[in-house]
Amino acid sequence: MSATTHDSAPAEPRHGVWIAMIWAVVTVVGVVLVIFVAGPHIPPFHGSVQSSHQHDVNVTLTALVVPVAALIWVYFAYAATVFRQRGAEIVDGPPLTGHNGIQTTWLIVTAVMVLGLATYGTVGLLGSSHGAGGGQGPKPLAKPPDAASALQVQVIGQQWLWTFRYPGYGGVETPDLVVPVNQTIAFHVTSLDVIHSFWAYELGVKADAVPGTDNVAFVKALKVQSIQVRCAELCGLWHGHMNLTGHVMTQAGFAAWIAQQQVKYRAVTKLLPPYAPFYYPMPLRRAG
Amino acid sequence: MEATAALPAPSGARVPVWRRLVGFGLPWAIVGGAVGYAVGHWIGTKIGVHVHSQTVTDQDDVAIFIGLLFAILGWMGGLGFFNYPLRRIMGHPPSLEEREGEGEGAWRYYRLCTDHKVVGIQYFVAVLFFFFVAGLNAMFIRGELTSSNATFIQSGNYLTLVGLHGTMMLMMMSAGVLGPLGNYFVPLMIGARRMAFPRIEALTLWLTVLAGFVLLAAIFLGGFPTGWTGYAPLASQARGGIDAYLVSFALIGIALVLVGINVITTVITMRAPGMTWNRLPIFVWGLVTTSILAVLAAPVLFAAIFMVVLDRTVDTSFFLATAGGSPFLWNNLFWFFGHPEVYILALPGFGIVLEILPVFARKPLWGYRLAVAGMFGVALLSFMVWQHHLFVSGINANLRPFYMFTTELISIPTGLIFLNGMGTLWRARIRFTVPMLFALAFFFNFLIGGVTGVFLSDVPSDVTTHGSYFVMAHFHYTIMGGLVFALMAGLYYWLPKMTGFTLNEFLGKLHFWTMFVFFNLTFFPLFAAGLLGMPRRVSSYNPDLHTLNVFVSVSAFCLGISMLILLTNLVWSLILKRAPAETNPWQSKGLEWQLPSPPPVHNFDTIPVITSSPYGYGMPDAPPVAELGPHVIAGEGGVA
Repeated sequence: MSATTHDSAPAEPRHGVWIAMIWAVVTVVGVVLVIFVAGPHIPPFHGSVQSSHQHDVNVTLTALVVPVAALIWVYFAYAATVFRQRGAEIVDGPPLTGHNGIQTTWLIVTAVMVLGLATYGTVGLLGSSHGAGGGQGPKPLAKPPDAASALQVQVIGQQWLWTFRYPGYGGVETPDLVVPVNQTIAFHVTSLDVIHSFWAYELGVKADAVPGTDNVAFVKALKVQSIQVRCAELCGLWHGHMNLTGHVMTQAGFAAWIAQQQVKYRAVTKLLPPYAPFYYPMPLRRAG
Repeated sequence: MEATAALPAPSGARVPVWRRLVGFGLPWAIVGGAVGYAVGHWIGTKIGVHVHSQTVTDQDDVAIFIGLLFAILGWMGGLGFFNYPLRRIMGHPPSLEEREGEGEGAWRYYRLCTDHKVVGIQYFVAVLFFFFVAGLNAMFIRGELTSSNATFIQSGNYLTLVGLHGTMMLMMMSAGVLGPLGNYFVPLMIGARRMAFPRIEALTLWLTVLAGFVLLAAIFLGGFPTGWTGYAPLASQARGGIDAYLVSFALIGIALVLVGINVITTVITMRAPGMTWNRLPIFVWGLVTTSILAVLAAPVLFAAIFMVVLDRTVDTSFFLATAGGSPFLWNNLFWFFGHPEVYILALPGFGIVLEILPVFARKPLWGYRLAVAGMFGVALLSFMVWQHHLFVSGINANLRPFYMFTTELISIPTGLIFLNGMGTLWRARIRFTVPMLFALAFFFNFLIGGVTGVFLSDVPSDVTTHGSYFVMAHFHYTIMGGLVFALMAGLYYWLPKMTGFTLNEFLGKLHFWTMFVFFNLTFFPLFAAGLLGMPRRVSSYNPDLHTLNVFVSVSAFCLGISMLILLTNLVWSLILKRAPAETNPWQSKGLEWQLPSPPPVHNFDTIPVITSSPYGYGMPDAPPVAELGPHVIAGEGGVA
């Protein structure tokens, strides 16, 4: 902070210069630590294009936070040590009531930072990450280029379990989530009763499951691995138990798995209602 | 005229105790509430069978709602809220004096009293009581989370604990500064003898107290599973406990509107001569902006609650997608209230710390106008950001860049508060008193709350952090690290003035350091828990996070012990030790500190004439803050 302009008393040390120097050192060290030491450990990780983008955003934002937090903390720590009144004596400080230049500079700097952040967020959301794995409602704005050929997976939340329908494979409905690697997937998230939120942690996907709504989220998995599926919106008694371990498989593994599921659930699939963006079950009844 | 308003002065011995107990007051209010519930429930049962078709439990929501409505009427009747309107109907002349209860000593605190200083202390006791109850809930929650599986608390009870903790904290903290400090100090700081609407001021207190008890009654109606957000349609299918949640939240909504109108009217119309808008203490500005938010936001909550009540009783379908409604309606209405509500919790904190910093920095508040502008900026923008709670909900997803932008915009006016604090500390003469420590900790904590908000406002980052412990840690940093720390600063700063007794400084510092350290040790690791995939409001979680959660729980228990130190300090200093406080122990220039501790019943013998800003530190030729008239001598009661 360029507050040295207030330094009218010649005996005063140059507080502003000291603060600026400490701040610069802390910032440089902090940013290096964040990017090179902490950075690789900041979740989420590189399970999908989207989670990879979220990871980059988290590292970038953490690095951007460092100079801001360092400014405030260095300033307050400096003030608390140097501007401290020792002893019981009560002495008034200089009657400074404001400084137009500093106030204007501060406003401009924060405004520029905010505009930068909003631009960065918007470009990342709509551009490179195609919605960043978040639910975009029935008419998504940020679509990956191969959205038309994406694998459609319907996620149905109900108290208190998840089921998954694959409309491209005869509308088969399974209690397990399996998706292929390196292929764009369109999750269509909906609910049969109350609001849930579908959270596939390693994929960086989160989309609320809302009754009567087809909430679409795009993702492209990059790694064959197990994924934790959780409910991220309080949905009643067993909300904490709406967990499931899903799997990202190779394309061949997925093809084998889905064929097996079609056989296994053939009898059940015939009894299901035809595939639809959402379903209206019987009206809600008061539950325990 | 008796001048002393000392807290439990046993001066009112003229009336025998049995006569006090049968008068209008808290005992009768409790009886009235209980009888009202019984009568209302009976009537509701008779009506309910005709309107309800869908319930499959033994609970009749119509009966519960009508019971609670009658309980409210019984409570207010027992306190005597209907006496004055009835007397006016019967032709008695209007009166402002009838319930200030001068010379009645401690009994004034147990019943309807329109003295703003009595109401302020009643508010303080009520808010702290419910704060400790809700804190105890948090201890149970952290106890359950020492295990990665649901163990000693059954799943439904766990959710009820979570809901009670969240709702009670939110309800009490939204009244937490406006009620106690607002009612007590706004008139003293602007040079008035009372609030603009003394009966409304008393009404908001007793509605807030009742709201706390009604919320606790949810336990006996089967609890509620929704948390403080009350999302429909989960709220539509929940058991009867949610009825208590709805009624108590509605009561708080009404109280917020009324207290807001009262504060705004008082500040506009009752400022002393010379109290120009440029001289208004920044704390009062903080409360004015808070009140504007309360008046504009709370009615939306009330309307939304009324829709859920209709859904639950007469089978409308505002929130049922199956029958033409939309769950998004509750999301929108609730957060349209809920986000301003967040700033109802933040702005009073800004006001308190900016009021306290100049006193202990011995410097004028730096950038006063900018601070006021910052508060109004926060207030205005807070109505434009609510859908950032719904980034992944599927509603209006195309508006996400807009809400991302408005949310990040709020950091500009909030940043001004930091600039004011930094400017005030520049070349200051800082004294580390207990209030100052809490005020400085506010900036430390609120900064963490603020910068983590940037992650949540950025949609790609929010996709992972949304609904996780990251959010939970973020808002505890802003509400507990921000508002509660500011409230503690205000408590240590102003309680000597309110009670006339000095608080123990050693216990105060012990409380501060334990609270500061364990607050950060409790909540900082929870950012990591959220990023690592732990959703909010779960009693069983990924066993990999077990160690982290045990660490957090132990810190949380230590934080609980820290709050017991506060309680010990209050009991020791205000009840046992009772060391009289000086008139102006902090050498503040604030108008309220020029009055005796505690101030006399009518505050000022003559209405003061304000001659300068309350922050004229370091200005040797600055005039005194106010001409207080000839009769007030510091340390003695006023003489009429």
